[in-house]
Amino acid sequence: MQAKKFIPLVAFAVLAGLLFRGLSIDPTELPAARLGQPFPDFAQTELISGRQISVSALAERPALVNVWATWCYSCRVEHPYLLTLAEQGVPIYGLNYKDEPVKAREWLAQLGDPYQLNVSDVEGSVGLDLGVYGAPETYVLDAAGHIAHRHVGVLDEAVFKRDFSRWFPAVASPAVAAGPEGGQ
Amino acid sequence: MKPALKALMRAMICGQLWLAPVVLAVIETYEFSSPDLELRYHQLSQELRCPKCQNQNIADSNAPIARDLRVVLYEQLEQGATDDEILAFMVARYGEFVRYRPGVDRNTVLLWAAPGLLLTLGAVGLLFHFRQRPSARSTDLTEAEQAEITRLLGELRD
Repeated sequence: MQAKKFIPLVAFAVLAGLLFRGLSIDPTELPAARLGQPFPDFAQTELISGRQISVSALAERPALVNVWATWCYSCRVEHPYLLTLAEQGVPIYGLNYKDEPVKAREWLAQLGDPYQLNVSDVEGSVGLDLGVYGAPETYVLDAAGHIAHRHVGVLDEAVFKRDFSRWFPAVASPAVAAGPEGGQ
Repeated sequence: MKPALKALMRAMICGQLWLAPVVLAVIETYEFSSPDLELRYHQLSQELRCPKCQNQNIADSNAPIARDLRVVLYEQLEQGATDDEILAFMVARYGEFVRYRPGVDRNTVLLWAAPGLLLTLGAVGLLFHFRQRPSARSTDLTEAEQAEITRLLGELRD
């Protein structure tokens, strides 16, 4: 009988615990369905050179694949940090997602080009195969060419240190930042 | 207010409520080769969830990604894909999240089982509740208590 008194208290504690946990869950963050799978193949043109490229063009690994567009405001915010990463030797491939190639080329000419190359995905079909639902998104392509991680939203130093440095250990300390990472 | 006016207003409000879901849906035209495909398009586009806007299906959402998914849905239907194939295509890219009726797996088993569990729990709770009540009521009074009651009732009457 004594235990019965505590049922409402226990129920309240459980409910409060669940709700408190709910506070720290971001419902807009979706689990990436493509994790652990090879990067989906594609046949698109490269943004600057205009040549036909497929997934084999993303040869340097581990690398970042950054989904961006000129219509995406947050992409402008993260752009300087991408330049820094590129300087530090992180290979970055761009997926120019549902954008106008002319505007995209202008953007790179004005703001600097951190990308090894850019997949021009005007129709958004590569993005669809990848499960992209907004820009910016940044994927880690591991040494085997599999998708190892996805970050949705602006990539900055804090996020990189927390989630990305596993694949790019050389970037973590500024002293060795000049050395090429993942290159030949 | 005049009764006629009242009735008119009531009718207008009801009309608006009834219209609301229709207004929400995105207006787009697709030419389907058969009415069956069109029916399946409507069913599937209401069952697929927009990855960007979260609490809308792709039929109702104006988000670019929802539009893209509607195009894919239309194309795949016209190419003769089955419902399962289309859902598998979507899930491979956007995860179980994209379905409003996700398949049963480790993450969703609680979700699927919850209604049954809660119903059982409620039934068990009710059972206990009604079992205990009569026994609590039927405690016999001692003779002294019975006498006390008779005395008190007598006082009230006076």
